[in-house]
Amino acid sequence: MTAASIRVTDLRKTYQVPEREGGLRAAAGSIFRRSTKSVPAVAGITFDVSPGEIVGFLGPNGAGKTTTLKMLSGLLYPTSGEATALGHVPWRRETDFLRRMTLIMGQRNQLAWDIPVIDSFELNRAIYGVSRAEYNVRLDELVELLDVGDLVRKPVRNLSLGERMKCEIAGSLLHRPEMLFLDEPTIGLDVTMQRRIRSFIAEYNARTGATTLLTSHYMGDVEALCRRVIVIHHGSLLYDGDLTGLVERFAPRKTISIDLEPDQPALEPGVLAGLAGGPDAVVQHGAERVTLRVPRSETAAVTTRLLGRVAVRDLVVEEPPIDEVIDLVFAAGPSDAAERAETAAAQPVA
Amino acid sequence: MPELGRLRAVYAAKFRAEIALQFAYRGSLVIWLLGLLIQPIVYLVVWTTVARSQGGAVGGFRAGDFAAYFTMLMIVNQLTFTWHFLEFEWRIRNGFFSPLLLRPIHPAHNDVAENLTFKLLTFTVVVPVAVFLLISFGATFETQAWQVAAFVPALVLAMALRFTFEWTLALAAFWITRTGALNQAYFVAMLFFSGQVAPLALMPAVVQAIATLLPFRWMVSFPVETALGRLGPTEVLVGYGAQLAWIAAAVILLRVVWRAGIRRYSAVGA
Repeated sequence: MTAASIRVTDLRKTYQVPEREGGLRAAAGSIFRRSTKSVPAVAGITFDVSPGEIVGFLGPNGAGKTTTLKMLSGLLYPTSGEATALGHVPWRRETDFLRRMTLIMGQRNQLAWDIPVIDSFELNRAIYGVSRAEYNVRLDELVELLDVGDLVRKPVRNLSLGERMKCEIAGSLLHRPEMLFLDEPTIGLDVTMQRRIRSFIAEYNARTGATTLLTSHYMGDVEALCRRVIVIHHGSLLYDGDLTGLVERFAPRKTISIDLEPDQPALEPGVLAGLAGGPDAVVQHGAERVTLRVPRSETAAVTTRLLGRVAVRDLVVEEPPIDEVIDLVFAAGPSDAAERAETAAAQPVA
Repeated sequence: MPELGRLRAVYAAKFRAEIALQFAYRGSLVIWLLGLLIQPIVYLVVWTTVARSQGGAVGGFRAGDFAAYFTMLMIVNQLTFTWHFLEFEWRIRNGFFSPLLLRPIHPAHNDVAENLTFKLLTFTVVVPVAVFLLISFGATFETQAWQVAAFVPALVLAMALRFTFEWTLALAAFWITRTGALNQAYFVAMLFFSGQVAPLALMPAVVQAIATLLPFRWMVSFPVETALGRLGPTEVLVGYGAQLAWIAAAVILLRVVWRAGIRRYSAVGA
């Protein structure tokens, strides 16, 4: 058994945020009395990540994903709790740790704005102490994989968002980090570019075995890359496990769509409800098309009953789209969420 | 790669990148340089005029002495000044500090390298301007050979002191969201106590005493005084001592403030 690459125990981060009412009176009052509010961004999370894993962090805006990533990459000190990454306490920012990892932020650039990309790459080569020979090999490889051959001689300010992102990624990987923190790496990019970056991340992981933590708003990123997802909401861990498990837990129903043969007597609503297991299960009832949402465990029985009763032209059983599942997770009230989190915690993690 | 070799490579790479950057903005560089040169020229014109109207000298400074003083002051000020404390707030607020923090090298190295490169580049313009000023205003020096040699360490220590001190000042941005007022206060103290408005020798005795206790004289005025041959061997040695003591204090302060600051750093919006 290999030791975990990342180990997080009860990690917390609380921000002190100045607070006052709007308006002139409150502004004048705040000269003499400042009030601040504690905002818990990360409220005690615990998890491990094994070497080589790609883990997706999911959560709405302000859930604590980025704060967690920043603590694990060493940018922020936590308020309390412990974490190790590659055997180091990240926020001590020891050279050995910083040399072996990278943080890529989709909304921030690390490359110097006004000079050709390649000059920034050269600077990174010196900072990370990469030998000339290794640098040349890696640069060729990254240039080819990301298709940035024509771009590296241009100043960063002349690049499009997608081009810039590809160069950012190349520059961040020249030292061949063993650990990648990716914060919204595909934000604002078109679908083709998103796909390209996804496949690149997968390729890099396969080639180097780098442990990868990724946050994204795009489910496509997570579906394509992460077998395991961690869902954070209001700073707490709601779910930690594989993606299919997430769907099963939070979306306990499947959708059955049926196209009916036209030449048959109309189906009475009561009859259909009986077949589906209750009127609540009927989502749509048309003359030629019926949509039902039924509990996972009853899918087979309902399907059999339907096929025995009506003439069916086509029948599809589907998981709800993952975006919808996520909506369901986040739409759940805090108590409901906590309850689910407890259930989730009781489950063995994949 | 051994640590020192890596550091050298980083400085070399930063140097190349920075040169490229400065050349990308030649226009702004020229305007910036003009601004840098105008201030000492204004003081020079004012004080030489005052000296002439007072029958040739003010407090022992003749017109030629003022010319020498303000020209040397321009050179020393140009070589010692830093701008990072003016940018730190912006840097932190916009998240540009985060990538620097995650490199396996202290962020101060980035700024030292930037600073040295800029100095080297602009020095090529400052030297001819200085020569022009010295000749056209008829500067007079009473400097001996040993004082010319003594000027070099005084200048290097002044650069180190001013950088360390002002980089520590910059770290105030970890606590204060708007650092403009603090920087302005620092700037005024600097202008007055470092001998930039007038030679400290012309100031009242009280001001001179305070200036000796504060760090500013040791950042600018002391190397200038040395270059003009106004200090004896003992005064020069005491000056080195004061510079070294202030550097030690500034380094300790920097480390303490740095440690506390990065703990506080919340990478707002970063």
